[in-house]
Amino acid sequence: MNQIKGTDLLVKALKEEGVDLLFGYPGGQAIDLFNSLYGQNDIEVVLPRHEQALVHAADGYARSTGKVGVCMVTSGPGATNLVTGIATANYDSVPLVCITGQVPTNLIGNDAFQEVDIVGITRSICKHSVTVRDREDLGRIIKEAFYIARTGKPGPVVIDIPKDIQQAYGSDEYPSQVNIRSYKPSTGVHEGQLKKAVKILNASKRPVFLLGGGVKIAHAQEAMTKLAQQTQVPVITTIMGKGAIPTDHPLYVGNIGIHGNYASNTAISQCDVLFSIGTRFNDRITGKISEFAKNASIIHIDIDTASISRNIVVDIPIVADANVAITKMLEYTKPLDTKDWLASIQTWKDSYPIQMNRYPGLNPEKIICQINDMFPDAIVSTDVGQNQLWATQFLSLSGKKQLLTSGGLGTMGYGLPAAIGAKLGNPSQPVIAISGDGGFQMNLQELATAICMELPVIICILNNSWLGNVRQWQEMFFDKRYSATCLRYRRGCIHDCKNPDKCCPPYTPDFVKLAESYGALGIRVEREEDLKAAFAAAGKETKRPTVIEFLIDPEANVSPMVPTGKPLSEMVMDC
Amino acid sequence: MKKRWISLFVENEVGVLAKIAGLFSGKSYNLQSLTVGETEDPTVSRMTISLIGDDVTFEQIKKQLNRSVGIIKVIDFTDTPIHMKEILFIKVKGCSHVEKEEVFRIAQVFGIQVTDYGKNSILLESTQTENRNNDVIHLLNQSFSGRLEVVRGGSVAVEAISIQER
Repeated sequence: MNQIKGTDLLVKALKEEGVDLLFGYPGGQAIDLFNSLYGQNDIEVVLPRHEQALVHAADGYARSTGKVGVCMVTSGPGATNLVTGIATANYDSVPLVCITGQVPTNLIGNDAFQEVDIVGITRSICKHSVTVRDREDLGRIIKEAFYIARTGKPGPVVIDIPKDIQQAYGSDEYPSQVNIRSYKPSTGVHEGQLKKAVKILNASKRPVFLLGGGVKIAHAQEAMTKLAQQTQVPVITTIMGKGAIPTDHPLYVGNIGIHGNYASNTAISQCDVLFSIGTRFNDRITGKISEFAKNASIIHIDIDTASISRNIVVDIPIVADANVAITKMLEYTKPLDTKDWLASIQTWKDSYPIQMNRYPGLNPEKIICQINDMFPDAIVSTDVGQNQLWATQFLSLSGKKQLLTSGGLGTMGYGLPAAIGAKLGNPSQPVIAISGDGGFQMNLQELATAICMELPVIICILNNSWLGNVRQWQEMFFDKRYSATCLRYRRGCIHDCKNPDKCCPPYTPDFVKLAESYGALGIRVEREEDLKAAFAAAGKETKRPTVIEFLIDPEANVSPMVPTGKPLSEMVMDC
Repeated sequence: MKKRWISLFVENEVGVLAKIAGLFSGKSYNLQSLTVGETEDPTVSRMTISLIGDDVTFEQIKKQLNRSVGIIKVIDFTDTPIHMKEILFIKVKGCSHVEKEEVFRIAQVFGIQVTDYGKNSILLESTQTENRNNDVIHLLNQSFSGRLEVVRGGSVAVEAISIQER
């Protein structure tokens, strides 16, 4: 048997797993890993400028391609910088394999230089984490990591490899089979339960489908669209589920939740059967839990048993992959008479559409609608906050168009690196990051990565000079006590400033100059008329990113809204 | 709220115990006792866990355990015929001669072994159900409050042999 180094086996394993690109940041305990990657052409190594952005980039790559994203970093701070990104991926079920260097096994526990117990630190925020303690286990552990990451409810897996294991010679065999007795993801679907569910659906007068991210992860969009058409049941989505059927489909109602639309929230409150697929009933979508879909029989399909009857007690639980279950259902379902129900929903939609007419001139709705018009195939990532909520309200999604957003953890700084990962995985599609001025600054160093990798991503900064979402809450629920949310604030400002106006200190940084200093194209848009030209200019770039700074109304709010603790039926329409 | 028992088969690997303990603390589940030891297969450990919780929380705990990589099998012992024992050491300190005689009597009545013996102290070893051990501690506390040293091992449990097999 051929004897090779641990790091060489790792590279061999990555190739066999079909990895052609990984996101890496070297360091003392990872230098051997990177040495083995040097001089080969099968796996491209991308060097982001910070490990947090690195893991978000791998996440954006994984979400947009459906492949496993691979991260490789050093021990200690390299590993701890992954934590936020691992938690982000875990919450949104994104398959990642994160390889961390570790101090040699004889130094583990010594508080050695750059030693942390990353397996311990990440245990509660990843799907699986393991330290390799024996060179002969390395191949099996890598094989299992990829399998665990992409199967069942996908998620991040951490493999911690001590330096001596990296350097040790051992078997060059990489296993072709996986058999983990303590991990058996479900693959089928209980047909009896499914038939029972369909029977309830068929008997209903006011049914709705509620679709979460699970439908998209399972690549069930096509089957789901057929199912909706076949049954004539209206479709409501969570933020993560948006795009599960095309947003311009006549049966699509909109998003549910605290910033969902009136028609969706009302339909959920009044439905008699809630057929939910691939959602966790997170507190952001349910509002007051005791009032949620109060009059409905609830059916819930999810790949994760632990997501069923956790927040909402359901009548028919079904553990299954969404695509398997939906495809099976196409065999049993028939058209329902939902004409009156659909007409009611349409009336609600027409009476209370989500729009931002109260903010004349340049506003987020117009910016996002411009993206809809000019980039019908774009992959759009968002940051977190108002920019994200507006994007989920106004972005249309159909065909190849995708939305990448940190829905579960709500991680600021996600947008730009995720866009970089998405562009690397989908070079022929336009990729657009919608960010706020706050979130953009959390990972703006990644402009360098985009420049160096020659990525023409378009970064839209909706600059309201505030941490806008928190500001909105402070305005609505905290008597305009704008504590630590103004990004123009200087030490010389008065402390109880409630009404900022034009005499505020200048914004820092100057985003256009910042972009230019990186070698990117920088554009500032202040007027609605200049929107189209800015996107047109950005669309012409082929090798470098464009930063478009949109100066929007500082006090623009996200409407409508269900205040915390209120039922979905009690929306504030104009915030 | 009700007392529950779970038996777990887990991989005998570093970190599995931490994972399970972390799951309970991280999700604010109320863990009462946890014992762990190797089984007839040295690659498998078996845990006996007791906890107090309502039905919904308990169902969720079982699901969370079931989905964890490293946990091979979760068995709910709450309504299953089982044999269960806990080892309990009680050191009774500062005893007079008369008090020692009283401790001996209690030991005899409760079927407890006297394991060690000194001028003023006695060490008792009780291997009984958790409830019975609770009774012993309660009883001794009445006469020897502040003079007891209690070490409990947590319960271990195994399914009873079914009637058909007997």
